[in-house]
Amino acid sequence: MALIELSGIERSFLLGDTTVHALAGLNLQIAAGEYVAVMGPSGSGKSTLLNLLGLLDRPNAGTYKLEGRDVTTLSPEEQATVRSTRIGFVFQSFHLVPRLSAAENIALPMTLAGIPSAERDKRVSQALKDFGLENRADHKPDQLSGGQRQRVAIARATIMQPALILADEPTGNLDRHTGEEVINLLEALNARGVTLIVVTHDQSMGARARRQLVMEDGQLKSDSRTTT
Amino acid sequence: MRLADTLRFARDAATGYPMRTTLSILAMSIGVAAVVILTALGDGARRYVVGQFSSLGTNLVIVLPGRSGTGGFNPANAITSTPRDLTVDDAASLKRLPGARRVAPLAVGTSEINYGGKLREVMVAGSTAEFIPIRNFELAQGKALPEEDWNRGSSVAIIGAKIRDELFASEAALGQLIRLGDRRLRIIGVLKSTGQGLGMNTDELVIVPVSLAQSMFNSNTLFRIMIEANTRDAIPATKEQVLELLKQRHRGEEDVTVITQDAVLATFDKLLGALTLGVAGIAAISLAVAGILVMNVMLVAVTQRTGEIGLLKALGATARTIRFAFLAEAAMLSAVGALVGYLLGQLGAFALRQFFPVFPAYPPDWAVIAGLSTALATGLLFGVMPARRAAQLDPVQALMKR
Repeated sequence: MALIELSGIERSFLLGDTTVHALAGLNLQIAAGEYVAVMGPSGSGKSTLLNLLGLLDRPNAGTYKLEGRDVTTLSPEEQATVRSTRIGFVFQSFHLVPRLSAAENIALPMTLAGIPSAERDKRVSQALKDFGLENRADHKPDQLSGGQRQRVAIARATIMQPALILADEPTGNLDRHTGEEVINLLEALNARGVTLIVVTHDQSMGARARRQLVMEDGQLKSDSRTTT
Repeated sequence: MRLADTLRFARDAATGYPMRTTLSILAMSIGVAAVVILTALGDGARRYVVGQFSSLGTNLVIVLPGRSGTGGFNPANAITSTPRDLTVDDAASLKRLPGARRVAPLAVGTSEINYGGKLREVMVAGSTAEFIPIRNFELAQGKALPEEDWNRGSSVAIIGAKIRDELFASEAALGQLIRLGDRRLRIIGVLKSTGQGLGMNTDELVIVPVSLAQSMFNSNTLFRIMIEANTRDAIPATKEQVLELLKQRHRGEEDVTVITQDAVLATFDKLLGALTLGVAGIAAISLAVAGILVMNVMLVAVTQRTGEIGLLKALGATARTIRFAFLAEAAMLSAVGALVGYLLGQLGAFALRQFFPVFPAYPPDWAVIAGLSTALATGLLFGVMPARRAAQLDPVQALMKR
């Protein structure tokens, strides 16, 4: 059974008087544990696809099955629960809450899910150790370097042990060296069985994934697998 | 999200923007402080006036000559149209009433007092021995008017403190002979200084036996009869008895007016209570304004933190969680504002009491409770709209904004 099953997905936006088809008749299957890079020019529908997969957006038509369950018909509350427990997000601009410390940012998904603080502290200290952030726990985001910020964001995305991690240009704001570090981290997570979907402009980074999806005008232009 | 976490999150959010948090707390606290101080002023005025009236004497029933009420046709009215005098004998007859503890007639006029070449105009009150206890006056020196036949006035007088100071300065006043109008009177007592009060200023008063005053002013009628009822509850019954007895003595004609101190007091109490309420209402407007300000601040907060709200949604926060978080923040702003305002208000009332010690400026409990709960209610009420707006944000749009 595929982790993700998209069939006949349509998503259109109304821009002024014209309707823009961001996604048109998209069919896609992604199995659990895959490492997928989504590429394509701006406006090709990559981000819309990612938002849809992350349940931040709803398709106008078509069905989206996550782990065999049709999630497009769920209520907003149920979708929030799915996001909380099954999906982790990593953003280009990190999206850390500026007034919270690194540890508090990592704990945020658990706080929102209502997990008791003793359990939270245990998991956060483990995550800080895993991501090499032990002596940055009480730092605010503006006291951290870009690479550290993205590591905090990745720690936050994985703290609920999701099945799926969606990364939108995770290295877009980082220099090559730190970008490399971050990608290594994500790949290490994938090696442990987490499904990883990365949206990127970077050809070399896309080439590292085992499967490349190229989007154009809301449709899948190519779907190739690298055999390693 | 757990309640403790929601509260901590809201607190961190509020302290994360100190400027706007301080401003909205300030607005709320000014509103609450205004309610507390203004009602303290209003209620202080009420207490002051009630206190002044109470100092006239306790459980008083007062008889005035003439009728102020409108009655039915009475054959007696057809024969005599001028009201009968209220006489000393009328007053004496009231002493037999079971409900009356003390009775004092009162005749009033002005005259000149003269001692050792010094001359001044004074208010003269003609009464009896019980006048002083009924009016709660106190003697500084000497003794009260003698217990004697009310129709036979001895040539004695009691003078007020200020008159004593002006006429005698450091000399002893007791036992001295003074001239009051065309009478020579011996001073037997001096009143304690009371300062300014409602009714007459006792510091410039001369008290003489009632029959002496009547012959001095060449009048048979009394200005008032004062009756002290046994208890507060006995006042209405005593009033009825007084009216009945005087009607009998005046051949069935009801030509006197009987008022009770209670009625006067109740009127003032009601009047000033309404005033306090009105002032509280005006102050409540400032609370509503503060509520709107909190709403404004929260709306700005929602706009400012759009990205954060999008993130919270992406991390699995439900609309409910976000609504609660923003509502908790609004509630916190108004609660802290209300508390600070309460303390400021009490401080202001305290300062008022320090500057004007005679003025009992204590805010009434109902106003404090109403002020605090209005502050919280408006804060919450006006917090609902921004919280809903935050909860309804589209996460995709919100995340794009940064």
